[in-house]
Amino acid sequence: MQSATIQLETLTCPSCAQKIENATKALGGVEKESVKVLFNSSKVKFDFDAEKISIEDVEKAITALGYEVKKSQVKVK
Amino acid sequence: MQRFILSKKNHIALIGAILIIVGFTSELGFKNETVAALSFTIASVLGVAPIAIQAYQALKVKVVSIDVLVTIAVVGAFFVKNLEESAIVTFLFLFGSFLEQRTLNKTRSAIKELTEMAPESALKQMENGEFEEVAVDEVDVGDILLVKTGAKIPVDGTVLTGEGHINEASITGESVPVGKKKDSGVYAGTILENGTLQIVADRIGEDTTFGRIIELVEEAQDSKSEAERFIDRFSKYYTPAVLVLAIIVWLFSRDIELAITILVLGCPGALVIGVPVSNVAGIGNGARHGVLLKGSEVIGDFSKVDTIIFDKTGTLTVGNPKVADREIYTDNSEEALSYLASVEKESDHPLAKAVSKHIGDIKLYPVEKTDVIKGGGIVAHVDGHRVAVGNVALMEQENVYLNEKVRADIARFEGMGNSLVLTSIDGELKALMGIRDQIRPGVKEDLQRLKKLGVKNLVLLSGDNQGTVDLVARELGLTEAHGHMLPEDKSAYIEDLKAKSHIVAFVGDGVNDSPSLALAQIGIAMGGGTDVAIETSDVVLMNSDFSRLPHALGLTKATANNMRQNIAIAVGVVLVLLASVFFSEWMNMSIGMLVHEASILVVILNGMRLLRYKLRY
Repeated sequence: MQSATIQLETLTCPSCAQKIENATKALGGVEKESVKVLFNSSKVKFDFDAEKISIEDVEKAITALGYEVKKSQVKVK
Repeated sequence: MQRFILSKKNHIALIGAILIIVGFTSELGFKNETVAALSFTIASVLGVAPIAIQAYQALKVKVVSIDVLVTIAVVGAFFVKNLEESAIVTFLFLFGSFLEQRTLNKTRSAIKELTEMAPESALKQMENGEFEEVAVDEVDVGDILLVKTGAKIPVDGTVLTGEGHINEASITGESVPVGKKKDSGVYAGTILENGTLQIVADRIGEDTTFGRIIELVEEAQDSKSEAERFIDRFSKYYTPAVLVLAIIVWLFSRDIELAITILVLGCPGALVIGVPVSNVAGIGNGARHGVLLKGSEVIGDFSKVDTIIFDKTGTLTVGNPKVADREIYTDNSEEALSYLASVEKESDHPLAKAVSKHIGDIKLYPVEKTDVIKGGGIVAHVDGHRVAVGNVALMEQENVYLNEKVRADIARFEGMGNSLVLTSIDGELKALMGIRDQIRPGVKEDLQRLKKLGVKNLVLLSGDNQGTVDLVARELGLTEAHGHMLPEDKSAYIEDLKAKSHIVAFVGDGVNDSPSLALAQIGIAMGGGTDVAIETSDVVLMNSDFSRLPHALGLTKATANNMRQNIAIAVGVVLVLLASVFFSEWMNMSIGMLVHEASILVVILNGMRLLRYKLRY
């Protein structure tokens, strides 16, 4: 299991946070319970299984929603 | 294409505004309906594009967002040929979100300033021995780094070679340069003001003290209170409910105008954004003033506090006790003091240190068979004599006879607020020392401020004797003071207060008081950035600065109030809008959108006031 933090462009509407949360949770390999979208610091934190999904896939899913990914960090748990 | 449109949202709003002006001038000024209709149509279509894209993306992940409501409303208005309204609504919505973004960034600015202080690069020693600039992420524990004058310390580490002065304001809040030499600890995010250092990395990235402070503040600004979680759940169902309501109204009244007006009026914007905005601004203000508040739950609890408990040493007092009074009961005082100093040298107890310092340079003997008696003192063998150093209880345990004069001295010393250190040699009392700690400057005024802010009980719990504790309490005007308290007694005391439904805050140094810090509803650590303090407490006063406590309390009260105001504004606006749809003539979609966007800006601006909050007295 790995844990990731993705820094996004500044989020300005709380419903953006909800969209990103739902989109990230819907991805296979992402630990649903661990998904946390920090609205004020504009970050997404979650745990995922590197064998099932890569960090790039998650980034792509978020970018597809229209939010720019600035930086991401992955740590082995 | 989608991304292009979204990124040009602000331009679209501007074009929309121009087209709306063109539309109205040609309609009212030149009576040219065709040009007017054309301008409004273009403005509507352009304006709704980014909103519709966002709505579509939201629906894809099963979220009924505000965008969905607005898109349906605009499309509806368009089809009933209400072109002016659809143009104005899209413009207001886009312009509103532009203003929201600008103002939100302001409320977040205080915390952003903090995170931007994080170091980004380091000069790392490579295999060839040369130093090369690398990103701070590439530094590992054990790496050797070079820090030059003016640079930020990239990681927590230990000085290997070199000397210099460091400004540790980012960790301690105190901007007085601290001298560093070989083996000194240095902290990430602090600035080397002069000198050059080579350091070895001990902790990196998020594990550094600075990294943890940032993480804590970031988590705090997004932590949610019970009320907020309720609002979140509520708004999840609220938006779809507005949609359903609009459909029902349409089915019954067959009035599309009315139905789409409800869609616009029902937008929950101010409600969802009001509380997070107060939260982030309040925590941001704290971070700027050396007060770390761990989230909105803490803000809610602390604002209601009625009892604050202080642990004496290092909290109300300077924490640097000194020998203030002494009596010697022997002619050979030189020998007695020598023995005493020899025993005290073995201990790092604060009282022992005070005694050693007071005696100063003197002949020292080797000490054997040292026995530390918990809650009593030390018994040891020095130069063939049995020497006991400690409190009255220890003397009784050692069967040392205390005559009338000694007893009177003890009472007198205690009355002056001293902690006592008695010394016996071979069962005979030789010396009595009274050790006192100074009260921190300004504490009295700060306590008065806390009372003015509505704290009813100010309690002192201390391990010291009752005389000392009473003296401090009298001097500071505390409501209660208890001495001879062991850590477990303090915990029990807090439990008891909580059972009597008091809201209790405990102020301690976070080292030996962790249980009490954790037990009280609000644990306040006076920590110069120590790990334990940051971990176990709810509020951290950086640099152990007591004067920040009243600010912290005032700030949480202001923030909690601010949240309540924002909720009231948001709920009030929606209720008034919905009521006026049904009971008034003047309400329409454009006015609804205007009021809605205005209410969002009002709550953000209201939250922003917290950034400037200062205690008034």
